[in-house]
Amino acid sequence: MSVDPRVLKEEILQIYPKKLRQKRSDSIVINEHREDGTVPEIKANVRSNPGIITQRGCTYAGCKGVVIGPSRDILSLVHGPIGCSFYAWLTRRNQTRPESPEAQNFINYCLSTDMQEENIVFGGEKKLKEAVREAFHLFHPKAIAIFSTCPVGLIGDDVHAVAREMKAELGINIFGFSCEGYRGVSQSAGHHIANNGLFKHIIGNDETPHPEKFKVNLLGEYNIGGDGFVLEDILSRCGIKQISTFSGNSTYDTMANSHTADLNLVMCHRSINYVAEMMEKRFGIPWMKVNFIGATATAKSLRRIGEYFEDDGLKARIEEVIAEEMAKVEAVQAVVKSRCQGKTAMLFVGGSRAHHYQQLFTEIGMKTVVAGYEFGHRDDYEGRKVLPGLKVDADSKNIEEIDVVPDPERYRPRRTPEQIAKLEAKTEMEFRDYVGMMPEMDSDAMVIDDISHYETERILEAYRPDIFCAGIKEKFGVQKMGIPCKQLHSYDYGGPYAGFAGAINFFNDIDRLVNMKIWRYATPPWQPPTQQPEQVAAD
Amino acid sequence: MARRSIAIYGKGGIGKSTTTQNTVAALAEAGKKIMVVGCDPKADSTRLLLGGLAQKTVLDTLRDEGGDEVDLNEILRPGYGNVQCTESGGPEPGVGCAGRGIITSINLLEQLGAYDQELDYVFYDVLGDVVCGGFAMPIREGKAKEIYIVCSGEMMAMYAANNISKGVVKFAQAGGVRLGGIICNSRKVDNEQEMIEEFAKRLGTQMIHFVPRNNDVQRAEINRKTVIEWNPACEQADEYRALARAIDNNQKFVVPTPLPMDDLEKLLIDFGLVDGVAPGTEVVA
Repeated sequence: MSVDPRVLKEEILQIYPKKLRQKRSDSIVINEHREDGTVPEIKANVRSNPGIITQRGCTYAGCKGVVIGPSRDILSLVHGPIGCSFYAWLTRRNQTRPESPEAQNFINYCLSTDMQEENIVFGGEKKLKEAVREAFHLFHPKAIAIFSTCPVGLIGDDVHAVAREMKAELGINIFGFSCEGYRGVSQSAGHHIANNGLFKHIIGNDETPHPEKFKVNLLGEYNIGGDGFVLEDILSRCGIKQISTFSGNSTYDTMANSHTADLNLVMCHRSINYVAEMMEKRFGIPWMKVNFIGATATAKSLRRIGEYFEDDGLKARIEEVIAEEMAKVEAVQAVVKSRCQGKTAMLFVGGSRAHHYQQLFTEIGMKTVVAGYEFGHRDDYEGRKVLPGLKVDADSKNIEEIDVVPDPERYRPRRTPEQIAKLEAKTEMEFRDYVGMMPEMDSDAMVIDDISHYETERILEAYRPDIFCAGIKEKFGVQKMGIPCKQLHSYDYGGPYAGFAGAINFFNDIDRLVNMKIWRYATPPWQPPTQQPEQVAAD
Repeated sequence: MARRSIAIYGKGGIGKSTTTQNTVAALAEAGKKIMVVGCDPKADSTRLLLGGLAQKTVLDTLRDEGGDEVDLNEILRPGYGNVQCTESGGPEPGVGCAGRGIITSINLLEQLGAYDQELDYVFYDVLGDVVCGGFAMPIREGKAKEIYIVCSGEMMAMYAANNISKGVVKFAQAGGVRLGGIICNSRKVDNEQEMIEEFAKRLGTQMIHFVPRNNDVQRAEINRKTVIEWNPACEQADEYRALARAIDNNQKFVVPTPLPMDDLEKLLIDFGLVDGVAPGTEVVA
């Protein structure tokens, strides 16, 4: 089935009023690879439009739910009404594995100040202090993080002052986040706020040295469905010490100690690049973008780590691991590919996931025809080379930019600029760079930022893809149209999907979904019975 | 006679509470049944009617006893002339949300049946300018139908009155609230009466009464009384009686026409308020 994306775009836009049509027109882009190496500009990280159902989450969701929440022994206390707490509770299947059965693990708890009308009228600081004390006496955590929900910002409770006071009183690390839901365009603002908090209050607090030769942090890995476990296993088999992730399966101590690593690996660029940049400026740790989603991508990322450390023993071990794992992957891949070759996918998730997962589909012969991010910025689409030209809008100005200078004692450049330049020239590695999604997608692929339900339905009707990947909010509407939907926030009940073992899982799960005959028999509740045969014929 | 619900607004410190209580006292003296709802976190809207009696506010009571336990008699006290007095109260300065407090408080009063009694008038005495949704509560949802703005010939008081009129326009479009007039509480500014009369006219309303400055008001306040109660025979008591009569007989209720800033400034210049500036000179505020 052939779809002309330009015609489809015009059809989609037709329904919108003039002003909105222009705005959405800039966010729905037909990809092309221009001669000068650029891709078309996309409008991203702008406010969602009233009257449109967006996929996006709020600033608080990004700060508490995405970045800080997965760390198991920081006690997360939500200052706000109870609904904000409940709906941020364990919804992303971030797994964690305490060192021992006795070790602290708060990941399955949900703590809230449960603000009532009285706290709105008279202020909630007193109740917050009581809650911090109560939480401390119940759990004796190393650290407590306080998250502000919308009403806290409206009534002006000073969570930072409360945090300072409680820190002095209780003698543990306590810090607050002004991550009120309305503060940003999407959850992306919350990621930035969380990054700032990690950097100000945790990173660098623990100087314990590690004897290992090759030390890295894995940033933007949230251990959904156990991804982080797989990656830590691969790294350790290669002889690479992972000091900390940010933040799946992490602890307060590993993050506090993370500045002792010699290389930062960035997975989810959008949610964590701020920490990577700040750590390089203060401590001299270079960062590079990696992708452990997809077997060949994983192999490539591992080899880059080997190049960085310039150690033949390490490189040899990496090759051993790759050889061993790839043999297992290829066996499954060949079978699955024979059944999936030529099928199509759509991905609408995250600020990197919609990019990373295309690799997995490619490995089993499936093509991504349309993709987009929920909360990505232009650099996530077009690559970091557009950063100098990005204009700072009012929404971005809302968020603190920390002015980072080299630490007078602890700044230790791990590589000189000459070494970095040499590494970049020798291999295809790029430091402090992310190439972005669009340069790695086909020309004529559609790229849609902050897609709405309306636009989703239109592209599904036009392309009838074999699978659609998004989150719980989209899942059932899509499936009622007879198209399977894979959640790439929570992985539904599946995973891990990272690394080599994860790729095998993903291939099998996708094989099952796209080749399951049940989808062609599903009749959408809104479809008149007479249209049924056409729908079956459609695939 | 149908119950009339009146909200008094005006710049902070202009004399809203004093004017309201004296006017209410005059109406009560004339036999009207009245309830006064203080909508100021400072809770000083009923002090003169209650003879300084410390009033436990609705919100304090709600906080101490919980919504189900509050007894109407605890928060509604009869004062001079059997005027029913209640104070919304609110958080201490710089904390929480006083606007939400007003909403909570009025809702609770309704639930408890404070409005079920036979009343000719309900007066809302509202803090300062219309600062947010909560303070607009009395004129939102039709709680108050008539607005009177207390004003003087001082520039900032007129700015505030003009701003409040903008708020009234907003709510008049959505509901039935109307401006009943401007009460001039004199500060002995030059040409004050003429200027406020003109100002009121430009707003599309009327100056409903000019209350002259008189130290008897202060003397009565020191004694925690309205002038009506403190010295019913004094001249100032008659002024408030006249204001009360004007309100009682008022037929002119309008959607105001707030002035552009330039016009307001010109008005001040035309009436010679700005010393040393010749008429027609541009003045930058």
